[in-house]
Amino acid sequence: MAADLTSQGTAGRPSEERSGKGPEVAVDARTPQADIHARQLAGLDALELSVGQRRGFASRLWSGIWPVASAIVIVLAVWQGVVLAGWWPEYVFAGPVTTLTELADRMGEAEFYGAVAVTMRRAVVGFALAIAVGLVVGALVSRIRPLRRAVGSLITGLQTMPSIAWFPLAILLFGLTESAITFVVILGAAPSIANGLIAGVDYTPPILLRAGHMLGLRRLSLYRHVILPASLPSFLAGLKQGWAFAWRSLMAGELLVIIANQASLGEQLHFARELADSAGLLATMIVILVIGIAVDLLFGAADTALRRRWGLHQVTT
Amino acid sequence: MTAPLTPPLTDPLNGQTADRAARRGPAVRLESVSKVYGHGTNGLLALDGVSLDVAPGEFVCLLGASGCGKSTLLSLVAGLDAPTAGTIEADRDRVAMMFQEPALFPWLTVSANVEMALRAKGVAKAERRSRAAEFLRIVHLDGFGGKRPHELSGGMRQRVALARALAQDADVLLMDEPFGALDAMTRDLLHDELERIWRERSLSVLFVTHNVREAVRLGDRVVLLSSRPGRVVRDFPVTLERPRRTDSAEVARQAAEITDRLREEVLRHGR
Repeated sequence: MAADLTSQGTAGRPSEERSGKGPEVAVDARTPQADIHARQLAGLDALELSVGQRRGFASRLWSGIWPVASAIVIVLAVWQGVVLAGWWPEYVFAGPVTTLTELADRMGEAEFYGAVAVTMRRAVVGFALAIAVGLVVGALVSRIRPLRRAVGSLITGLQTMPSIAWFPLAILLFGLTESAITFVVILGAAPSIANGLIAGVDYTPPILLRAGHMLGLRRLSLYRHVILPASLPSFLAGLKQGWAFAWRSLMAGELLVIIANQASLGEQLHFARELADSAGLLATMIVILVIGIAVDLLFGAADTALRRRWGLHQVTT
Repeated sequence: MTAPLTPPLTDPLNGQTADRAARRGPAVRLESVSKVYGHGTNGLLALDGVSLDVAPGEFVCLLGASGCGKSTLLSLVAGLDAPTAGTIEADRDRVAMMFQEPALFPWLTVSANVEMALRAKGVAKAERRSRAAEFLRIVHLDGFGGKRPHELSGGMRQRVALARALAQDADVLLMDEPFGALDAMTRDLLHDELERIWRERSLSVLFVTHNVREAVRLGDRVVLLSSRPGRVVRDFPVTLERPRRTDSAEVARQAAEITDRLREEVLRHGR
C-alpha cells in the first residue's frame, strides 16, 4: 500500500467554483458542508456501482441447451456405431432406435410411473434421513474437538466404503425390506453431507468470526448467525455429493432387495436382465441416468443462486 | 458519550460518585500491556509495556511501521485476545470495531448486516429495521438497505461496516486501518464523514494506520509505536484546527516531522 496518497484536491471542502457549477447545487443553509459531502459521496457511489446486466432468458436457455444437445447426439451416434459394428447381436445389445421406442412405449403405461414413484419415494425418504443424520453428526463433530479426533477420519472412511458392501449386513439386520435399502442409502449419503458441513465450518473466514464476536455474538448465536450460514456453500456441495451416493446406493439396493408388489426401477433392471430384455434394460438405465442428472441440475441451480447472492459468480462473457 | 452530560455532583474521589468518576476516567486505559506470541525462547514479543489512555471523546491515532503490533493492540482492547501482562480497562460491551476489510456477512442484505448488531443486543425485529435504516442514513446509504454487500463498492461497504459498528451503540470505536484499501478520493471523503460522526456522537476513537498524513488529518493525538517489540515511542499532540485537509501545508508539515521520527525507528531494524 502506498504510504501516503494525497488527495486529488477535488474531494474535501466545498469550493466556490464547485458549488457554482450547476443550478441543481442548492446548498443547505444549516449544514452546507455536510450536504456537499453527502452529494460527493453519492456521486462516487453512482460511479463505482457496477452496471452488470444479465443476458436475456432465451440467450441463457440456448447457451445451456446446445452443449447438452450436441453431447446427446454424439452419444447416440457412438451407440449406433457400436451396434452397427456387430460385436454383439441386436438382442443382446439393442440399438438406440429400439431402446428409445421401448422407452416411449413404457412411458405410456401406468406401471412405469408406479416404479418411478416407488424409487423416488425411497430416494427422497432416504436422502432426507441422511441429511438429518449428516447435519447432527457434522454439527457435533465440527464443534466438539475430542469427537472430531475420534470419528473425523472414520467419516471419510465410511465415505470411501462401497455401499454395496453394506447390503449383506443390512439384509441380515432388516431382512429383505425397504428398511434395509433406506439403511444403506443413509450410510451412503450421510458421511458426505456431514463432511460438507464440517469443511464449511472449518473454512468460515476468521474475519467473519471476529466481526461476529465484536457484534456480541457468542457460542450458539455465533454458530447460528455466522458459522452455519458461512458454511452453506460447502454444505451444498456435500448435499450434491451425498445425493450421488444416495442414488447409487439406492440402485444397488433395489437390485439386491426385491420386494414383492413393489415395482421399482432397480427391480425392472433386475428382471430385464433375467429375461434378456436388452431394450428394456437400456431404457431403464436411461431413466435412472436422467433422474440422477435432473436432481443434480437442481443442486447446480441452487448453487448458482447461492453464488449469485453472495457475489461469487464468475462473470461470463 | 454520557460523560459530558453527567458532571459529578460531588468530589469525584468520593466513594458515592465512584461509578460516575470511573466513567469520567479514560474511555480506554492500557497499563504496561505486553503480549507474547508463542512460548519460551521461540516466543515473539509483540507488545512491550505499552501504556496508553484514550479520553472520552478523544480521537487517538496509533501509528507505526509493520510489525509494531498495532493490530494486536486493538485485538487486545477489543477482547478478541488476552494480554500476556498488564491491564486493559475498557467497557467491552461499549466497544465496537472496524477492520481493514468490511467483514460484512455476504449472505445478508446491507440492512440485515446492520441489524445483526441490534439483533445481538436483543432489539425487537420491527425496531431493528427502522434503526438500521437510520444508521444507513447517517453514512449516506439510505436506499441501499436491500442490496447485497457484493453489489456495493469498497468505500460503500466500509460505510456499511461503519453503520454496523455505530448500531452497536458503542462509546469506543476501534478502527484497524479501515480505509487502507480505498482510493485516495474515497478515503478523503470518508475522513470527513468519520470526523462528523465522531463529533456528533462524541465517540472515543482508537484508529490504527501506517499512513502518517491520515493520522495527522484525523487525530487529536498521534501515538508512534516502535516495531518488534511494539513500544510507545512518542505521543504527538495534533492541535491543528478542524476541519483539516489531508493535502494542506500544516498537515504535511506535521506529518513530515512524525515521518522523520518513524524513519529513525525503521532504521534501527535495517542492519
